[in-house]
Amino acid sequence: MASATATAALAPGQAWRAQEETYVEAPIRAFAVITAFWGVVGFLAGVVIASQLAFPLLNLDLEWTTFGRLRPLHTSAVIFAFGGNALIGTSLFVVQRTCRARLFGGDDAGWFLFWGYNFFIVIAALGYVLGVTQSKEYAEPEWYADIWLTIVWVAYLVVFAGTIMKREEPHIYVANWFYLAFIITVAVLHIGNNISIPVDIGASASYSATPGVQGAMIQWWYGHNAVGFFLTAGFLGIMYYFIPKQADRPVYSYRLSIVHFWTLIFLYIWAGPHHLHYTALPDWAQVLGMVFSIVLWMPSWGGMINGLMTLSGAWDKLRTDPALRFSVTAVGFYGMSTFEGPVMSIRAVNGLSHYTDWTIGHVHSGAMGWVGFITFGALYYLFPVLWRKKAIWSEKLIAWHFWLATLGIVFYITAMWVSGIMQGLMWRAYDELGFLQYSFVETVEAMHPYYVIRLLGGLLYLTGALIMAFNLWKTVTAGEEAAPAPVAAPASSIAVAAE
Amino acid sequence: MPTKIEKDALTGTDTTGHEWDGVKELNNPLPKWWLYTFYACIAFAVVWMVIYPSIPGWKGTSGWVAREAVVAEVAAAQARNAPMMARLREATPAQIQADPELRAFAQAGGRVAFANNCAGCHGAGGQGALGGFPSLADDDWIWGGSLEAIQHTIRHGVRANESDDQRQSIMPRFGADGLLTRAQVDDVAEHVLSLANRATDPAAAARGAVIYAENCVACHGDRGEGNREVGAPRLSDQVWLYGASKRDIVAMINNPRAGVMPAWQGRLDPAMVNMLTVYVHSLGGGE
Repeated sequence: MASATATAALAPGQAWRAQEETYVEAPIRAFAVITAFWGVVGFLAGVVIASQLAFPLLNLDLEWTTFGRLRPLHTSAVIFAFGGNALIGTSLFVVQRTCRARLFGGDDAGWFLFWGYNFFIVIAALGYVLGVTQSKEYAEPEWYADIWLTIVWVAYLVVFAGTIMKREEPHIYVANWFYLAFIITVAVLHIGNNISIPVDIGASASYSATPGVQGAMIQWWYGHNAVGFFLTAGFLGIMYYFIPKQADRPVYSYRLSIVHFWTLIFLYIWAGPHHLHYTALPDWAQVLGMVFSIVLWMPSWGGMINGLMTLSGAWDKLRTDPALRFSVTAVGFYGMSTFEGPVMSIRAVNGLSHYTDWTIGHVHSGAMGWVGFITFGALYYLFPVLWRKKAIWSEKLIAWHFWLATLGIVFYITAMWVSGIMQGLMWRAYDELGFLQYSFVETVEAMHPYYVIRLLGGLLYLTGALIMAFNLWKTVTAGEEAAPAPVAAPASSIAVAAE
Repeated sequence: MPTKIEKDALTGTDTTGHEWDGVKELNNPLPKWWLYTFYACIAFAVVWMVIYPSIPGWKGTSGWVAREAVVAEVAAAQARNAPMMARLREATPAQIQADPELRAFAQAGGRVAFANNCAGCHGAGGQGALGGFPSLADDDWIWGGSLEAIQHTIRHGVRANESDDQRQSIMPRFGADGLLTRAQVDDVAEHVLSLANRATDPAAAARGAVIYAENCVACHGDRGEGNREVGAPRLSDQVWLYGASKRDIVAMINNPRAGVMPAWQGRLDPAMVNMLTVYVHSLGGGE
């Protein structure tokens, strides 16, 4: 509070400099910009491969542009480039403010993380297009890129944990628990799943340390927890800071945040084997993966409850603040996909859903609805704060973005539900003589209309993101300057209780 | 900052007394429905882990084993059709065609076997594709369209070197190996076009006719009628495996291409081969 009164007396330029000295901000601006940039790139790649699935001619008959190479480009662009930069950028922003401590390592550390992480993105993406891959889903980069990412990630852990350790707040805020769990676990997962021996020191290819079914188990221990810790825990960190800030309301339940945090991180790590139902994986491991996934339902929903209930008393803000609408809708999609996930982990359901488009739809309700929307909400909050603007340039354009993207998701996931369940049913259909009813190619033919609808959904989502990019750019270049705000303002709706 | 418990004006709930960058937390209890659903999930998990194998060494009270379950399902499906499959294995394609019951079964099974094994090259309806994938739905047969001929081709394959009785033929590389000059190849292509009345240069076609008589007649016949004994396709019709333009024909004379089809005997149940034979025969051009 002392610093707040001090800044009030300064001229705006001086006050901003004071804030700049309090917190590292320049690298975070870079993270915010590149998040929006990679988002557009990643969604565009998604639209391209969706159109390739609907119209195979668009593979162009060139090895670099075939679906097989562009698909990891899309998944890595949205998860690691868009999602990763959003996570690192917001975490550096949040940890400083909620710890009231300048970033450990200062601006240099922030810039190293920015350039280091994005260098990894670029060498990984180049590898995909050129055909360099270790063929592990979401862990496609080869050993040389993996080693570099390990260095960057350990630096990230040191910077983040170092900032927490020098905090001036007595307690560690819940957002930081989630960020820290995400950083530590992703480090363990990344190293564990990428242990391999290069074929030759000059060769990009490598042999995995774990062969066969052990390799599959390790891969899905990694793969599922990439979802659990990268796309869930990390983004819950975003939620726990930005929703209370946008809604200007206290977090609903501290107790719930503790219980759902520990149950979530304890249970998630066991759930990977549900990706390997009906495989050579021992039955006991499959069953264990399934039951842990089901128990995981409520811990996942703890985050949803805390996100949504934080709005109690402030629901009217949804009408007036389209950026908050993104964050809250994100929590809704989070709740939906974390219910769908346990359902799909049930062996009998999985027998129908696995290897079909249902899985693709499930992933996208999480990725587009939860990860995408919570990030858009955070970006709309961050840009005015980081560039000292009163507000986002156009609130109307945020609303356009919101409705286009929401409609896009609805098209996408309903198309994939229909297509996936139909595909699963066609695969298992028998005629009265006991012969398979359909050949594979007939199922592909039947899915075509849904692939076109999915493409339409993706186009809407991409259009929304382009509108956002334009709006953010205008905010930076033409937004109305804000008067310096105190660094830590008290929440207005809290009255001191008579103790 | 010291802990300072406050009362939220909107809900009347106490805060925890902490504050971070203006964010506070309410001290609400765990929602009851949430907690009891969580307990129910745990209870379900425990019961499920007792019933099914869930830790190394524990086989579960149900005795369920994934591999045994699938083996039993496959065995049950096979047992259901076993009598029919046995009859299909013993019968010749002609006998199958004559027996309405066998024929209906073979058509159903043949359709699926075709879709899963043959459609990749020959097309979902057996229509074939340009580039060496013959249509099976017309009456233009390279190796014969009788039930016996079709069965032989399916069993032994074409040029796949998987069976001693395979369909085998090789056309010489007239241009690439210098057997004919470039001008001669062009002339003979013009003659081939004239076999279906498509020639545009009568003089060249006439010169080509001489070359054709010396080099091509033995396999493709006097008037380009083809020869199934050696798998030489008919040249006097409009059906072309590798393209009908003069350029395509010149390319085939210069450096012929020859398709390969696997031998399905050994890959598929003999009953399945018989079903496929009857099915392919029925596609439109069976003889």
